[in-house]
Amino acid sequence: MAKYLLLKHYRGAPAAVNDVPMAEWTPAEVEAHVRYMNDFADRLRESGEFVDGQALAPRGEWVRYDGEGRPPVTDGPFAETKDLIAGWMVIDVDGHERAVELAGELSAAPGAGGKPIHEWLELRPFLTEPPTITE
Amino acid sequence: MREFVPVVIGVLVRRGAGFAAAEDAVQDALVEAIRVWPSNPPADPKAWLITVAWRRFADAARADAARRRREELVEQQPAPGPASTTDDTLHLYFLCAHPSLSPSSAVALTLRAVGGLTTRQIAAAYLVPEATMAQRISRAKRTVSGVRFDRPGDVATVLRVLYLVFNEGYSGDVDLSAEAIRLTRQLAAGYDHPEVSGLLALMLLHHARRASRTGPGGELVPLAAQDRSRWDTRLIAEGVEILQAALARDRLGEFQAQAAIAALHADAPAAAETDWVQILEWYDELAALTDSPIVRLNRAVAVGEADGPRAGLAALAALDDTLPRYTAVAAYLHERAGELDTAARLYAEAAHRALHLAERDHLIRQAARLNAR
Repeated sequence: MAKYLLLKHYRGAPAAVNDVPMAEWTPAEVEAHVRYMNDFADRLRESGEFVDGQALAPRGEWVRYDGEGRPPVTDGPFAETKDLIAGWMVIDVDGHERAVELAGELSAAPGAGGKPIHEWLELRPFLTEPPTITE
Repeated sequence: MREFVPVVIGVLVRRGAGFAAAEDAVQDALVEAIRVWPSNPPADPKAWLITVAWRRFADAARADAARRRREELVEQQPAPGPASTTDDTLHLYFLCAHPSLSPSSAVALTLRAVGGLTTRQIAAAYLVPEATMAQRISRAKRTVSGVRFDRPGDVATVLRVLYLVFNEGYSGDVDLSAEAIRLTRQLAAGYDHPEVSGLLALMLLHHARRASRTGPGGELVPLAAQDRSRWDTRLIAEGVEILQAALARDRLGEFQAQAAIAALHADAPAAAETDWVQILEWYDELAALTDSPIVRLNRAVAVGEADGPRAGLAALAALDDTLPRYTAVAAYLHERAGELDTAARLYAEAAHRALHLAERDHLIRQAARLNAR
C-alpha cells in the first residue's frame, strides 16, 4: 500500500548492460520487447498493483517566467546535462521490497539478441499524507 | 443498508455458499434493494436481503451445470431459522484478514465484505483505479475461497488489518478512520478479547484529537501545540473507560499499551503537564512486547521529555539512524538541548528524508524557523 513511480530514461542513466540502440534491433526483437512491456503491465493489472503508465515523447522544452507582462522564456531541452524521461509507470504495492522486485523485472525486458537489456530504472516513492497515528 | 452486508454473507456461507459466490449474490441483492425499497420498503430489511441474496445465489448455482454439487447442497438446506448473526460476521472478519492474503488485499476484502463499501469507494480511498481495486478484491476472494469458514484465524491478524484501515485516514469520499472504528466496535461486540478493546480504545483516543491535528491549510500541528479545547472529550472518556476495563483483565498486549500512552496524552490539560514518566514506563512495556525499532524511537522521545534531551539523545544513539523519523527526532532533541545550528541542519535533512507530504512541510518550517532566528 505504497505508491512508487518507475521512471524509464532516454538518457542520463548509466548505460544498460545490453546497450544496443533500439533502431538496430531486428523487428522480432522490437516485437518481443513491446510484448514484454505490455505483458508486464497486464500482470500488474491482474495482481491489483497497477495505477497508471504513460510513454513520453523525447522532445521537450524548458519554460521559465520572464517578468511581468512578458511571455515565458523557452529553451532547452538542455539534454547534455539533464536526463530525459521516456515514460513512467505508477504502481501501488505492499512495500519497498516488492517495488524493487517489479523494477528489476521491468529492467529485464528483452533487447538485442533477445537478451535482457539490464537497463537502469529510477524508482521513486510517492510522498503521501501522514498516517493517522504519528505521535 | 451496508451494515447488513457481513451478516447476509455470513448467513449464505453458513448455509453452504462459497464465499465469492455469496459476496456476488449479496451485491446483486443490494442492487435490487436500491431499486425496490424506495417504493416498497420491507418490514425486515435484513431478512429481505437474506432471502433475495439466497435466491440469487441459488439461481446462479442452478444456472451453472458445472456447479451441480453446489446445487445439491442448495436442495439439502434446511429452512432458514433464527441466525446467530454475530458469529457469522465474526467469521467473516477472520476470513477477510486471513494470513494467506497480502496486507493490501486483506484491507480491500475487509472493507468490501465486512464494511459493505463498494469497489469504487475503496478504490477512491486508496487512490487507485477502480479496475485495479476490483482485481485486488477478486484475487483476494479466490485466495480465501478454499479456506474453511468455521475456523477463526489469529485475532492479531484481524486487528492488524483494522489498524491499517484506521491509519489510512481519508483521501476519498470515505472516512477510513471512522470506518475502522465502526468495524472494530462491531468486532468488539462479538469477540471478547482485551486486545480488541485495546485497539478500539486506541482508535477512539486518536480520533478524539483529529480536528486539532491539522491547521486550516492542512499543515501538521504537533501534539504539544494542539488546541486541546478542540479534543473530543466524549470520545476520550469512552476510550479511557474501554481501556481501563481491558487493562483490568491483566492480559496486556501492544494495542492496550499504545492506548495507555494515548490516554496519558489525552489526560494532560496542557502539554507541559503531560506525565512523561508514566508514558516512558508504558513505552518500556511496549518495547518488551514488540521489540519494534519504531517503538524504541518513540521511546527515545519519551526519555527526552522525562529525563532531559541529553538522555534522549543517548537513547537515540543506540538505534539505527536509517529508521523513518530518526533524523526528525534527533533534530527535536538537539533543539531541546539548545544546539540550534545542529537542529536546523537535522530538520532540513529530516525533511529531505520524510515519507509524507505534510510531515516534510512541517520539518521544512522547523528548519526555516531556526535559520531565521
